[in-house]
Amino acid sequence: MTGLTVRFGAVAALDGIDLEVASGERRGLIGPNGAGKTTLLNVIAGELRPAHGSVRLGNSDATALSPWKRARLGLGRTFQRSTLFGQLTVADHVALAVRARVRGSWRFWPGGQRLVAEEVGQRLEAAALAHLARRRAANIGHGEQRMLELELALAAAPSVLLLDEPMAGLSGAERQGVLNRLRTLPGQVTVVIVEHDLDAVFAIAERIAVLDHGVKIADGTPAAVRADPRVQEAYLGAF
Amino acid sequence: MIPARFRGLYRPAFLVVLALVLASIPLWAPRFWIYIATQALIFAIFAMSLDLLVGYAGLPSFGHAAFYGVGAYACALLALGHIDGLVPLLLAGMLGAGAVALPIGALSLRTSGIYFLMLTLAFAQMLWGLAVNWTSLTRGTDGLIGIPRPTLPWLDSLKVSLYERGPFFFLCLVIAIAVFVLLETVARSPFGRTLEGIRENDRRMRALGFPTFRYRLAAFVLAAMVAGIAGSLAAMSNGFATPDLLYWTVSGLALIAVVVGGSRSLVGPALGAFVVLFAQLGLSTYVDRWELLLGALFIAFVLFLPRGLAGLVRRA
Repeated sequence: MTGLTVRFGAVAALDGIDLEVASGERRGLIGPNGAGKTTLLNVIAGELRPAHGSVRLGNSDATALSPWKRARLGLGRTFQRSTLFGQLTVADHVALAVRARVRGSWRFWPGGQRLVAEEVGQRLEAAALAHLARRRAANIGHGEQRMLELELALAAAPSVLLLDEPMAGLSGAERQGVLNRLRTLPGQVTVVIVEHDLDAVFAIAERIAVLDHGVKIADGTPAAVRADPRVQEAYLGAF
Repeated sequence: MIPARFRGLYRPAFLVVLALVLASIPLWAPRFWIYIATQALIFAIFAMSLDLLVGYAGLPSFGHAAFYGVGAYACALLALGHIDGLVPLLLAGMLGAGAVALPIGALSLRTSGIYFLMLTLAFAQMLWGLAVNWTSLTRGTDGLIGIPRPTLPWLDSLKVSLYERGPFFFLCLVIAIAVFVLLETVARSPFGRTLEGIRENDRRMRALGFPTFRYRLAAFVLAAMVAGIAGSLAAMSNGFATPDLLYWTVSGLALIAVVVGGSRSLVGPALGAFVVLFAQLGLSTYVDRWELLLGALFIAFVLFLPRGLAGLVRRA
């Protein structure tokens, strides 16, 4: 994974954005509401096709690939609003993600799932969700759903992880839980995090890109971004 | 109050009792009721196959009768071509239905929800039209008649024939149980869980790397093949195959069976099939307007028992 480049031409939401993220980098992506952050993630993930430009994942051109093919190239993501499988149990969620990775889903009979079950147990333990393993995702709390949302992406062991506001609606303690979980990610995993909680972004990101009205107005180290007058203008003194 | 540790035994215990009750039917029921129970078992296989789509995969097909009918015609054509033997005839229904389901599924599954429902209905009605009009193959509305039932050498040696009601009922019961075990196994397998994930959230499954279309198509074809088994048995049971088998009302009755029985439980839709068939064949001998009664029953279930008969058992 050498990094990824996204280029656009005449897309209203995103206007000619270049973004290159190095392998293993932790990149923050911030900007006011409507700046195009989620749109950018959707383009990287393959849910939106850019009118112009290209998306590269590692050494391969992913521009024409569907979301599931990009996922198989190692791209994982979370969603701004929890996107879970309401009627399935918490353990089933993680098992689906593990089997997505090990390609264990074309089996038409149960059993022989010991390795998957073991990994599911470990992951639920690490995410502090083990006590909810048999509960349906629709019936657990918001913070727990956000944690499951994250764990679902992590269990597929992505090499590039897109996080869309993982802290949304979480309490201080829950935010700390998510941060701690993210810190356990292997160093070679590339992370792009979109987040309104700037403290969290500055705690995680090595570099930060700032979007405003579909244009990238800054890209650099946290200190440089913080000092950038255009960023301060876009945020109207939020720093 | 029954201790919680026995709760996991409810379902298996219920299933064993149900199987025993069904198996005893030829011993005490009048001949006409054995016939109705046979038809109900065949319809139960059909309804269970639809439950795989509606309940587990979340695909509301309104054209499932197409595969029931194609299975019946495939079996009928083979049997009338002097091919004898249970396995080839059932395989004919299975493979015939599966072969037709592949292109229909590939096209219909490009859509979802109400559009999927309408497309499957449209394809089924097209096949119905084909069965009516392709007279050189299907003999049109007259249908294919005089379909022989297969002979089984080991049954012959016992001087038992599938033309007798009891043995044919048992054949249908054994196949229905086998289909139940098969679908239950699939539903609990990684493949079944994947289908449920797709039902709950297709977008997330794609984001996880699942080619969801392929899974849905596999479920569609598998369900059609099981419906084809039911169609083959229907052809053997009736001795004829007519376009009626493919008509949209048959798809509708199967959906009613799934809803009344309670989807996503397999045994529920099987019980629902018995309710529907007893209404259709049993009630109709006493009441002219059995559809009205079935309709009222359907409304009552949707309003008061949204999880169907299976929900009643679960609550008990």
